[in-house]
Amino acid sequence: MVKKLDKIPNDSETGVLTIERLRQTPGFPDEKDLENGLIAVIECDEDIPCNPCESICPNAAIKVGNPITNLPVLNFSKCSGCLKCLGICPGLCIFAINKNYNNDKSLIYIPYEYYPLPKKDMIVRALDRKGNYVCDAVVLKVLKPLKKQNSGLVGIIIPKEYFNIVRNFEF
Amino acid sequence: MGLAIGGMQLNNELVIIGAGPAGLSAAKEAAKFGVKVLVLDENDRPGGQLFTQTHKFFGSKEHSAGIRGFQIGNRLLEDIKKSDVEISLNTTVYGIFPDKTVMFSVLNEKIQNLQAKNILIATGGLEKPIMFKGWTLPGIMGAGAAQTMMNVFRVLPGKRALMIGTGNVGLIVSYQLKQAGCEVIGVLDVMPKISGYKVHASKIRRAAIPILVSHTIKEAKGNQSVESAVITKVDNSCREIDSNEFEVECDLICIAAGLQPFNELCWALKMEMEYIGVLGGFVPVHNDNMQTSIKDIFVAGDLAGVEEASTAMEEGKLAGIASAKNLGYLSEKEFNNKKSEIIERLNQLRLGSFGIEREKAKKILLNSCNF
Ligand SMILES: Cc1cc2nc3c(=O)[nH]c(=O)nc-3n(C[C@H](O)[C@H](O)[C@H](O)COP(=O)(O)OP(=O)(O)OC[C@H]3O[C@@H](n4cnc5c(N)ncnc54)[C@H](O)[C@@H]3O)c2cc1C
Repeated sequence: MVKKLDKIPNDSETGVLTIERLRQTPGFPDEKDLENGLIAVIECDEDIPCNPCESICPNAAIKVGNPITNLPVLNFSKCSGCLKCLGICPGLCIFAINKNYNNDKSLIYIPYEYYPLPKKDMIVRALDRKGNYVCDAVVLKVLKPLKKQNSGLVGIIIPKEYFNIVRNFEF
Repeated sequence: MGLAIGGMQLNNELVIIGAGPAGLSAAKEAAKFGVKVLVLDENDRPGGQLFTQTHKFFGSKEHSAGIRGFQIGNRLLEDIKKSDVEISLNTTVYGIFPDKTVMFSVLNEKIQNLQAKNILIATGGLEKPIMFKGWTLPGIMGAGAAQTMMNVFRVLPGKRALMIGTGNVGLIVSYQLKQAGCEVIGVLDVMPKISGYKVHASKIRRAAIPILVSHTIKEAKGNQSVESAVITKVDNSCREIDSNEFEVECDLICIAAGLQPFNELCWALKMEMEYIGVLGGFVPVHNDNMQTSIKDIFVAGDLAGVEEASTAMEEGKLAGIASAKNLGYLSEKEFNNKKSEIIERLNQLRLGSFGIEREKAKKILLNSCNF
């Protein structure tokens, strides 16, 4: 009897967006867009009728427009890193990254909808888009879900080389 | 809002069967224009499927996007409370006659009748089963049933779950099982492609839940209840590939093979029906005012074609104003203005590669309508 289904030969990319695909979407920043502080990183590549990210952005940095199935276009220079879109996105597909948090670390905010929430300074296991362990991370900030910002958000510090790899964590 | 059980008024203008998002939206809208509305639901609380849904909805601000299903349900109930709509719970409707007599019973006691001027049937959808060896073992259930156990009754349906079906229901319920503390060992689909939204799939892959396309369940094994599942690989025509079979331990198997319109009341009424696969099966034929082949009887929501709560609410509103016009509470002009706003919002929800198929199917239904 097998214990885990992920050991079965399978197209492991199923349901996982690749970096190559993400680079073709208008909400995913290039490396150079990520040089100047915290900004949103949108991993949305399907024509779903959905635009709360556009409505909630206080800086008009996200445009979906008409029709409502357009992919969100992020104007990286207008994004202030306020995190509002992360909290409202029904697809939980928006993250925020400060690539140059310090010399060798990046900061990534991840929408997190499990209880208990982690605590500040806790060491957690950072995971990639397939749920595989990448590295250890330190929790910097925990934002509880609020009425307006409807998911919990957790900021974790990771080695810089993993800023485009880490997208989840567990503890 | 009155919770009428014993003292139910037996002569009503609009009687609505089903207090889900479609029925409640219709009630709220019709009551706004003065229609006396009575809603009957067999459940012990109103809201239909909205209260099982702990995830955020897609759409735009007008569709309450970014808000969780149960929160949308709470808002709807608040509005209904402020209105004159009456709701009778624990009330099962067994039959409707073309003269608009509604036959029902409260808490399964004596059968009673009431007379309505207009009727809206908004009974929602029913989960489709799939059959395999051992499928009647305890621990095998619809994904919707598992969702109701967790999110409404706070009971964890199992500790190690296998999900069958990668539609949005399968993907969302897998995520919610994991949130509730259940290990989800995998999500299977007999088709070579995930059928739900990629964002839902990505969310569960990030959470280390494997998705196996071109795989299906062959057998469930167990003594008193399910203990394991036999899984097999299939080719692109869904045919089993020999020698590609394995067994995996689990105590819960959830089936998310789609929903079908809950149409028994319509069949019994001899309504005109049409089979439309994209909409889940046999759907009552209706015109663009949600009116069926039987005069003064309307349908809305999953019964009128399985879609989403957001479309169900808009269709409910449409049926609500159509009934208000029918009963003389709304002028033709007012009605047309309201209707075009609703149609605009419905069209938005039926855009994109997922929505377009439903939009086309609804058009076919409208075209086959000769009343
Ligand atoms: C897991 C899951 C996730 C979903 N996620 C989303 C989502 O993210 N966004 C979205 O928009 N939609 C979503 N949906 C779809 C949405 O829940 C349905 O489309 C919507 O609830 C349909 O509304 P309705 O009013 O037609 O039916 P329902 O909500 O099913 O309500 C029907 C009501 O009728 C009552 N009833 C039935 N028969 C009788 C009878 N004979 N007598 C008395 N009462 C009766 C039932 O008790 C029930 O309360 C999801 C569905 C599922 C299962």
